[in-house]
Amino acid sequence: MLGDGILKGLAETAKNFFLSYVSRERLTTVEYPEHRIPTAENARVFPFLVYDGPDWLAGMRCVACQICEKECPPKCIYIEKSSDKKPDYVGKQQFYPARFDIDISVCMSCQICVEVCPFEAIKMDTQFELATDDRFGGLLEDRRKLARSNEYYHSIHPAEAAEVDARLAEEKAKVEARAKAAAKAAASPAPAAATESAPPAKTEGGS
Amino acid sequence: MIAASAAANPFIVDADQVFVLLRDWLVGFLPAALRPAAGAVLGVIAIVCVFPGLFALTTVFERKGLGRMQNRLGPNRVGPFGFFQPIADGIKSLTKEDIVPLRANAVVHFLAPLVLVATVFMGFAVLPMGRNMVLVDMDAGLLFFFAMGAATELSIFMAGWSSRNKYSLLGAMRAVAQMISYEVVLLLSSVSVVMISGSLSLSKIVAAQDQYSGVFPHWYIFTPWGLAGFLVFAIAATAETNRSPFDLPEGESELVAGYHIEYSGFKFALFFLGEYLAMFSISGLGTTLFLGGWSAPFSFLAWVPSWIWFFGKVMLFIFVFIWMRGTLPRLRQDQLMNFAWKFVLPFTLLNLVVTALWRFMGPGWSRWIVCSLILLAAYVVMGRLEMRSDHFGRRSYRYAE
Repeated sequence: MLGDGILKGLAETAKNFFLSYVSRERLTTVEYPEHRIPTAENARVFPFLVYDGPDWLAGMRCVACQICEKECPPKCIYIEKSSDKKPDYVGKQQFYPARFDIDISVCMSCQICVEVCPFEAIKMDTQFELATDDRFGGLLEDRRKLARSNEYYHSIHPAEAAEVDARLAEEKAKVEARAKAAAKAAASPAPAAATESAPPAKTEGGS
Repeated sequence: MIAASAAANPFIVDADQVFVLLRDWLVGFLPAALRPAAGAVLGVIAIVCVFPGLFALTTVFERKGLGRMQNRLGPNRVGPFGFFQPIADGIKSLTKEDIVPLRANAVVHFLAPLVLVATVFMGFAVLPMGRNMVLVDMDAGLLFFFAMGAATELSIFMAGWSSRNKYSLLGAMRAVAQMISYEVVLLLSSVSVVMISGSLSLSKIVAAQDQYSGVFPHWYIFTPWGLAGFLVFAIAATAETNRSPFDLPEGESELVAGYHIEYSGFKFALFFLGEYLAMFSISGLGTTLFLGGWSAPFSFLAWVPSWIWFFGKVMLFIFVFIWMRGTLPRLRQDQLMNFAWKFVLPFTLLNLVVTALWRFMGPGWSRWIVCSLILLAAYVVMGRLEMRSDHFGRRSYRYAE
C-alpha cells in the first residue's frame, strides 16, 4: 500500500534515535581532540630527517647529496651543502647539510624524496597536527625541526625501521670486513692482493 | 467540567491565565485610554520574544535529534551538551560580512528577508495559544492566516529574483510552483474543519473541540474525515515550509541553497528564522484545527495550564518534522507535482464530500463506518492507480558507432 515504505523508514530512524541513547557501540564517532584512533603504520604526512645517537647534528644521516632536492616534484626542499665534513655512520668523512628546509605548505606528501634517498636519511612522519598561526615562518621547517631520532622512527614505522637498520648494519659489517681484509692484506707480505682489494672499497664508500 | 474545577480551585485558574493576568496587571499602571493599545503591544512583544527563543532551542534539538537518528552525537562542544550552540551561531551570523551582489536589485534584495519574517510573525496574531490567549480574535482568523501564509511566497520569489543568480531564480521558481500547488491542498483540507465547526474564527474552532465524551476529547483528528484531513494538512504543511522531503527550493545537491544563495550574515539568519517561524505557525494552525488547540487530551488533565498543551502539541509537530527530515530523501520535481495534483488534491476534494456526508448523516455509528470505508477505499485505489511507479527495467545504453 502507498506509504508503507515511509512507515518502515520512520521505524528505522526511530530505532536509531532511541537505541543510540542505550547502546554506546551504536555511536561510532571518536571525539577527536580527547580521544583518537592510533595512526596506521603505513600513514605518511610530511618528511623528516633521521639521526642516529644522541646528538642530532653529529648523527644526521643526510650527506647533502641533493638528490631529493632535484627529484622533489613541487620543489619544496632547499639544501645548502656544508664546507667541512663529518664522519657518517661507518666513520667515512661526508658532507652534511648546512641548511635543509622543507616548506610543508608546498610539500604534497608524495614520498619521492624517501624513495630516492640512498642514505635512508629522509623518512615520512605521521604527525599531522601542524596547524600554525604563522603562515610564513611557521610552515617552513629547518633542519633542527626536521631532525628526529632513529628511536622515533622505530616508534612510528617499526617494521620499516627494523628493515632499514638491518640493511645499514649489513652495509657497515661489509665495510668493516673489507677494511679488516685491506688491513690484513697491507700487513701480509702479498703486494698483489692489496692492490686488487683497494679500489672496490673506495667506490663502496661513495654509494 | 472545566468550569466546575476552575471554580473549585482558583490556583488552577491563575496558572492557566498567568500571562493574561500579568498583562492586565502591567497594563493597569497606564491610564484607561492607553490600555488596549498597550495590551496589544505587550502581546506582540511576547510573541516576538517567545518564538525566536523557541527557534534557537529547536535548531539545537534538531541537530542533536538528526544526529541520533544517524547514530551520531550531534553538536556537543558549546556549553553543556552543546546547548549554547545557537548563541555561537547567532554571534557568527551577526559578525559575518553582509555581501550584496553587484548587479542584484539592492532594494528588493534587502526587503525580501524582512517581508518573510514580518508576514510569518503576522500569522501568530490569530493563533489561540491558550485559553483567552489570542492576540487578535478575528472572526475570519483562518482566512487571515492563509493570506499571510501566501505572502511568504512573495518574499521567497523576491529573494530569488532580486539576487540575479540562476540558482536563486531556479530555487525561487521551484518554491513558488511547490507552494502554490500545496497551498490549494492546505486550504481545502482546512475547509472541512470550517464545514463542521461552522466558523472561521480559530478560537471558536478550538472551543468546538474543547468538549469531552467520558474522558476522550472531541478533537477533529479522532473522526475519519479529520484524520484524513490532518494527514493531508501535515503533508501540505511540510511542503509549504519547504521542509524535507519537500525541500526542493533549497536542494543543496543541485541548487547549492536555492533562493537564499546570495544572502550572507544576518539576512541569511533572518531567512533561517523565517523558515522555522513558518514551521511553528503552521504547526500551531494544525494543532488548532485538528488537535484541539490548547485543550487537554483527557478530561482529567484539564487542570494543566492550557498554554502548556498548546506548546506541547506544537513541539510534537516539530519533532515529527525533524523525524521526517531524518528519514526521507528529497523528491524530484515531477514526483512532487504528480503527488500534489494526482493524489493529494483529489483525495482532499473527496474528503470534503465525506465531511459533508458526516455532517448530514447525523450522530450514530453508521456514519463512522460509511465515512471510514469511503476514505480507506479511496486511499487504496488512488494509491494503486495514480501513484504506481513505472518500472523501466534495466537501463540500456546506446554508444556511438
